[in-house]
Amino acid sequence: MSTTKNIPAQKAGESSVSSQNLLEVENLEVHFPIRQGIVFQRQVGAVRAVDGISFGVKPGESLGLVGESGCGKSTTGRAVTRLLEPTGGTVRFDGEDITHKKVASMRTARQNLQMIFQDPYSSLNPRHTVGTIIETPMKLNGINPEGGHKRRAQELLEIVGLNPEHYNRYPNEFSGGQRQRIGIARALALKPKLIVADEPVSALDVSIQAQVVNLLQDLQREFGLAFLFIAHDLAVVRHFSERVAVMYLGKIVEIADRETLYSRPQHPYTHALLSAVPEVDPDGASNRERIRLTGDVPSPINPPSGCRFRTRCWKAQDICASQEPPLVQLIGSADGHQAACHFPEVKQVVAAEVTPPAPASAE
Amino acid sequence: MAIELSPQSVDVNPPSSFLEVRDLRVHFPTEDGLVKSVDGVSFSLEKGKTLGIVGESGSGKSVTSLSLLGLHKGSRAQVGGEIWLDGEELVGMSESQMRGLRGRKVSMIFQDPLSALHPFYSVGSQIAEAYQVHHKASKKEAKERAIEMLKRVGIPQPERRAKDYPHQFSGGMRQRAMIAMSLVCDPELLIADEPTTALDVTVQAQILDLIRDLQEEFGSAVIIITHDLGVVAEISDDILVMYGGRRIEYGSVNDVLKSPEHPYTWGLLQSMPHLGGDVAQRLNPIPGSPPSLINLPSGCAFNPRCSFKEQVPDGRCTVERPELLPVLGSDKHIAACHLTGEHKAEIRRGATSGAK
Amino acid sequence: MFRYVIRRLLISAVILLVISFITFVIFFALPSNPALLACGKTCSVQRLAEIKHSLGLDQSFWTQYSEFLKGLFAGRKFGDQSVLITCAAPCLGISFKTDEPVLTTLFNRFPADLSLALGSAVIFLIVGVGLGVIAAVRKGKLIDKVAVSGALFGVSLQSYFVGLLLMWAFVDKWQILAAPGYTPITQDPNAWFQGLILPWVTLVILYLAMYTRLSRSSMLETMGEDFVRTARAKGLSRRKVIFKHALRAGITPIVTIFGMDLGSLIGGSAVITESVFGINGIGKLAVDSVTDSDLPVIMGTTLFAATVIVLANVVVDIVYGVIDPRVRLA
Repeated sequence: MSTTKNIPAQKAGESSVSSQNLLEVENLEVHFPIRQGIVFQRQVGAVRAVDGISFGVKPGESLGLVGESGCGKSTTGRAVTRLLEPTGGTVRFDGEDITHKKVASMRTARQNLQMIFQDPYSSLNPRHTVGTIIETPMKLNGINPEGGHKRRAQELLEIVGLNPEHYNRYPNEFSGGQRQRIGIARALALKPKLIVADEPVSALDVSIQAQVVNLLQDLQREFGLAFLFIAHDLAVVRHFSERVAVMYLGKIVEIADRETLYSRPQHPYTHALLSAVPEVDPDGASNRERIRLTGDVPSPINPPSGCRFRTRCWKAQDICASQEPPLVQLIGSADGHQAACHFPEVKQVVAAEVTPPAPASAE
Repeated sequence: MAIELSPQSVDVNPPSSFLEVRDLRVHFPTEDGLVKSVDGVSFSLEKGKTLGIVGESGSGKSVTSLSLLGLHKGSRAQVGGEIWLDGEELVGMSESQMRGLRGRKVSMIFQDPLSALHPFYSVGSQIAEAYQVHHKASKKEAKERAIEMLKRVGIPQPERRAKDYPHQFSGGMRQRAMIAMSLVCDPELLIADEPTTALDVTVQAQILDLIRDLQEEFGSAVIIITHDLGVVAEISDDILVMYGGRRIEYGSVNDVLKSPEHPYTWGLLQSMPHLGGDVAQRLNPIPGSPPSLINLPSGCAFNPRCSFKEQVPDGRCTVERPELLPVLGSDKHIAACHLTGEHKAEIRRGATSGAK
Repeated sequence: MFRYVIRRLLISAVILLVISFITFVIFFALPSNPALLACGKTCSVQRLAEIKHSLGLDQSFWTQYSEFLKGLFAGRKFGDQSVLITCAAPCLGISFKTDEPVLTTLFNRFPADLSLALGSAVIFLIVGVGLGVIAAVRKGKLIDKVAVSGALFGVSLQSYFVGLLLMWAFVDKWQILAAPGYTPITQDPNAWFQGLILPWVTLVILYLAMYTRLSRSSMLETMGEDFVRTARAKGLSRRKVIFKHALRAGITPIVTIFGMDLGSLIGGSAVITESVFGINGIGKLAVDSVTDSDLPVIMGTTLFAATVIVLANVVVDIVYGVIDPRVRLA
């Protein structure tokens, strides 16, 4: 184990935010007010869902956002696409500050910034045909593709692997995986540059998950799409995203390229997360170090002082309660690998290169 | 352990195993036709051992577990076959006899503890109620027992938390409470239906540890139903893979996960990314979607999605239903596939050389 | 919870204020002349002006409305030196027609409504929910079909028809019962009960249908819930599963509707039943006050009905909190 000293050479987020990023998020905060009062409601506190995070996504790149429920990853996605109003920080998309832009005046950003949702059942209007669902964003944004809306919609259906003849059908005639494809076709209709995918495969069956992940990868390559890929499944995120950020209680605790993050993680929370993933390999499982967290994630209304993970961390000392560790790069660690910990330690938690125990397909 | 080669073969004598399910069938008549949710499933389980039932939605795994509790009794479901639990046959048992076993001899942990616990009663009183059903205990005794169980499953301040309602618990704590409730009468068979699917990965690890520890302590038999092969690998001794209401592969965890014999099992293993896998390699999904349970494909139910059916001569996969046959060189590993051992060996060789 | 109730009550007061204002506005928009009615057949112009003045009708709309509000808190005095009527706070005015303070009239009429409403509500709640539960548990069986079609039949009946039919059968033809009407319970409990049986039955027939259907569908929904399955999996008896687990959760939507119905029944919504059986309740009072253009009584009955319904809503919310612990804390 290499012991590294913590040198705050760079301020939080600085290295990852550069001018060539398609999406730049700086110190993003989303607080939901808690109001109370008999006649007049006054604010008595706030749920600090996202509490100052910074990251960037380059064109064509996929950044994964992982963490457990309540860590703020979905809220981040919604704030970036402006489905929620950020309460602090800035969101820049394609050089334009869209943090507090009115929806009407951010048409171009809206076109280039699309979202795919988790639940393929509730995110499509059951009363609209598939054609209407895909065409509506084009019509709203005044896009008139060659050959008309209908042809473009059918083309998109084909791209996502559905039959163009399904144009006139309703969402309830499709399975979960197919509905997710419709959602993807809708997001693609405006030829976006960045797609925020919020748990796009977690509601799907295992065999269908892989179909959708492959589709998203094909689209990424073909159209040079950038992704903010939000998921709780660490293996799926690793497979899909070149860089991965780990969130805990509204903060990014570690960010790195995927090789580094999964093979040489530094933050204790990342260690715990990785070690908790159940693995199929019956031999590998017994060799892995088992780190079991105790207790629950604290409330985002009153997050712990200093390091937010300290209440469940086996390494916590006095300094962890008094000082918040900045998200910084450690000496000797890979470029762009940042962790927010007073006592970081490189640890290999995941067994390297496991060959899957089953044969590949016939082709 | 007896291997049943054909789903039709039914013994007449009570079996020696603690739990033995023989040719279980659960069919639901609907307006569209007969839904064969479970269609000829057999397995057995000893005390102290864990069986993982794996399959996707609609594979019949949850319906199987509900029939072990006799929860289809009084509904329109048609249940056939035999379930022998500790010398007693459950399918033909009356509702009132079955009621005496529920919660005491067999108990169940459900997938979503928020909806599976009653929102209007305190956690402690729900556990106490489960105890009082089968024990002549005063309210006070039952309450003490509930607190003791909450403590056992690792809930801090159990005296105080017993008075809380389910919505005041976190997801992991709720599942712990659910487990406490299902263990309050020391059941001999514990069925966990997707016990960790609704939970985060660190909490999932805690809950799996807990189930394992409690099993060691009580020596109960455990059936864990899940779609996650990783979970099964962590906790089970045996695996039953279900597809379209039928079993397609069955054996020890080691056998099934290390040398899977059925193309569907291969597909399941390959379609999920691994933490240490090669990211440059595309995932290998199973094409198509799960079958309709009213009109299962003829022959092998998996054939429309199988990439290897061309390698079986005469199109047997589409006309002839494969029997569950023992795998060579293993004592209880069985699989239902027309591919011969040579074919499989060849496919395996091709895969390993292709990967390198 | 306490803060919540206080807040709800404050909001209720504002709602009542708005209702009183709207009623006032509507009354003044109507082309009626209450003074003319009070004046009688032999009316002179001078007499009319006097009456107008004594009733306060010669003043502006705003003056009248503020007088009314003031009366609520401080009481009012009506008339001139010759006839002086004092109306103590909370004063809703005095009837143009009878010169009696409106509140006194309301209090006189109220016990009849309360008896009518409570008696029938208790029956249709218990019987309706009971039938609904049985129908849900035996879904698709004969008793379910009978309950559902019976419910459909009941819901399509009208109270004047049912009421008259019952009267004809029980009072005129078979002469089992005496003519219905209201006798205060304090005066003669037996007469009170006898006189109200038919009105109760009439209301029960009308409301029962809805409660049966509502509780049936609510029960069917909760019977499919995961926690009911858990209750069965514990080995609980069928009775406990149905009543302790399913019904406890299925009762919430019924509580809401029941609160509203009871509120409006007490507030005088059973006008037709009242008239059919000749019961002098608040419903009848309200109808009469409109025909007589008796503004204070219109105001009084409207505000009374509104108050009862608003309070019923608050009570429903409190009961909700008792039933559902999730609401208690929010």
